[in-house]
Amino acid sequence: MKKYLPLILLILLIIFPLIGRDDYHRHLMILVLMWVVIGTGWNIIAGCTGQVSFGASAFFGVGAYTAGLFSFKLGLSPWWGLAVSGLVCMALAFPFGWISFRLRGPYFALVTLALGEILRHIATVWESLTGGMVGILIVQTYVSKVPYYYMVLALAILSVVGVKVIMGTKWGYYFLSIREDQDAAESLGINTQFYKMLSLNISAFITGMVGALYMVYMGFIDPKVVFSLHDISIMAILVGIVGGVGTIYGPVVGAFIMVGLQEFFRTGFFGLFKWLGAVTDAQAVKVAAKYVSEAHVLGFGILVVLVILYLPNGIVGDWGKIIGAFIPRRKKEVQR
Amino acid sequence: MEVFLQTLVAGILKGGLYGLIGIGMTLIMGVMGIINLAHGQLMMIAMYITYSLFQFLGIDPYVSLLISMPALFLLGMAIQKYTLNPLLEVESILPENQVLMTVGIGMVLTEIIRFAFGSDYKSVQTSYSTSTFFIGEISFSLALTVAFFIAVVFTILMFWFLLKTDMGRCIRATAQDKDAALLMGVNSKRITIITFGLGSALVAAAGSLLIPIYYLFPDIGGPFTRKAFVITILGGLGSTVGAILGGLTLGLAESFGATYIGMAFDDMIGLIIFILVLLFIPGGFKRLTKI
Repeated sequence: MKKYLPLILLILLIIFPLIGRDDYHRHLMILVLMWVVIGTGWNIIAGCTGQVSFGASAFFGVGAYTAGLFSFKLGLSPWWGLAVSGLVCMALAFPFGWISFRLRGPYFALVTLALGEILRHIATVWESLTGGMVGILIVQTYVSKVPYYYMVLALAILSVVGVKVIMGTKWGYYFLSIREDQDAAESLGINTQFYKMLSLNISAFITGMVGALYMVYMGFIDPKVVFSLHDISIMAILVGIVGGVGTIYGPVVGAFIMVGLQEFFRTGFFGLFKWLGAVTDAQAVKVAAKYVSEAHVLGFGILVVLVILYLPNGIVGDWGKIIGAFIPRRKKEVQR
Repeated sequence: MEVFLQTLVAGILKGGLYGLIGIGMTLIMGVMGIINLAHGQLMMIAMYITYSLFQFLGIDPYVSLLISMPALFLLGMAIQKYTLNPLLEVESILPENQVLMTVGIGMVLTEIIRFAFGSDYKSVQTSYSTSTFFIGEISFSLALTVAFFIAVVFTILMFWFLLKTDMGRCIRATAQDKDAALLMGVNSKRITIITFGLGSALVAAAGSLLIPIYYLFPDIGGPFTRKAFVITILGGLGSTVGAILGGLTLGLAESFGATYIGMAFDDMIGLIIFILVLLFIPGGFKRLTKI
């Protein structure tokens, strides 16, 4: 059963547009799949290679701006931007990694944080190129959400399968060895600088692609949205750690949970509070409903604290622990 | 020339406060080896405490230092004791769990304040908020100057504490070598709790001192966290003297940048300095001063 779970999920995802006919659910699924890609991108550099990054927003934003500027400045179709965005992000990741991989652990995390913030400032200040705070508005190619859905699904499948394949090859073992002990890996003759760069570039490539896809899908970006520290970088980390750091399907699970949770709070527990307010007509419930819809960041914060304390390896990584908490293990009792 | 001197003075005054923020962060970093990404958020809490005391009880911001600092000391100790120390026993893949945890704590603190006070901008208007005095042609903001001198006093007290008291020696010993300190009978867990409390109290002081001249809103923590880590990296990790130099450098750089380049680049200058320091003097000023 467990073996076929990814396959069943895949089939469900492929036939989803036939089931979920309204645009709201399709939109949510597109967001979930985007977060699968961003989470996977974070996971390969942070979870598999051990270089915790706060810089998902940098690559996401550069990808989105690449697509946007292709249409806004060059007058070409933004789809060309989608085609080259991954390469543009790699072009950014290369010098960045070369400079900053001399740092380790928390200090590397700080540099990536600084990179995202610097790019956000540049996008804000350089008005002649990026339009500053006004952002970039383009006309979407398709009215229907289905083409976008299949594109982002393809990207998600590609990135998850790609990471799965990579983690099974020699590269993947090198990544893991760097995560476990960089000095030991170095002394065994692994070129750690090269493999960290490789990991960062893979991460940048897929994050940039999904950034460009976000641009062509949403049709509007501004620096505050795509370079957001909280809404992109930290959300990427959340997707990673909630799902399971260093696991292949972790980001998939994490993306479903995080987007679901975000929507859960935004709609006031899926309209529960609104309904309660209408039924009881109590002022207190209405006030609570207003607060709940603003509480998603608070919910995320509490979730980070709880997950790190009690499920440090995420839902996929600690699956045995979760199951064990609910179902007492019979096998062990028999053995005794 | 006047513009230059004016900018210099403003930078140094601001730098003194930044130094206070940086010392708190560098203490935490030195003892626990983690970067506290909730540092600015702790400062924000202190600022809101000061604001409420002024607004509802009419207590002067400088007097409220006596309340905000102990309050943040306790809050810091609680954070370390109940969220960061238990992580030492948790088995996990990522060693940076504590850093991620501070991010989570920062988010929770910001959102709690947003619930309590709303997201709009607030400010405290004291009688001396806008008053200035002149030395020669150069104007000094009264509140900023007072804040600078109080910051200097706290910094000196902190040095005295670290160099001359038993507790201070324990803290420095833990920072130098945790295991050796443990073997010498230092209760390193207790030391980490006290250090986090101290760091929080210092940043609380900076927050309360900034209140008369600054505005506040729940998201103000983020920019100050960024400033704090820039200062700490500039100064060298765990170096107290470095934190002061780093604070002054950042204050001067921001001040000169705002005068000669443009106000819009205010935040960016700190981050660019940060990258430059990492590129050219990775150890920070600690490497230059050897302290």
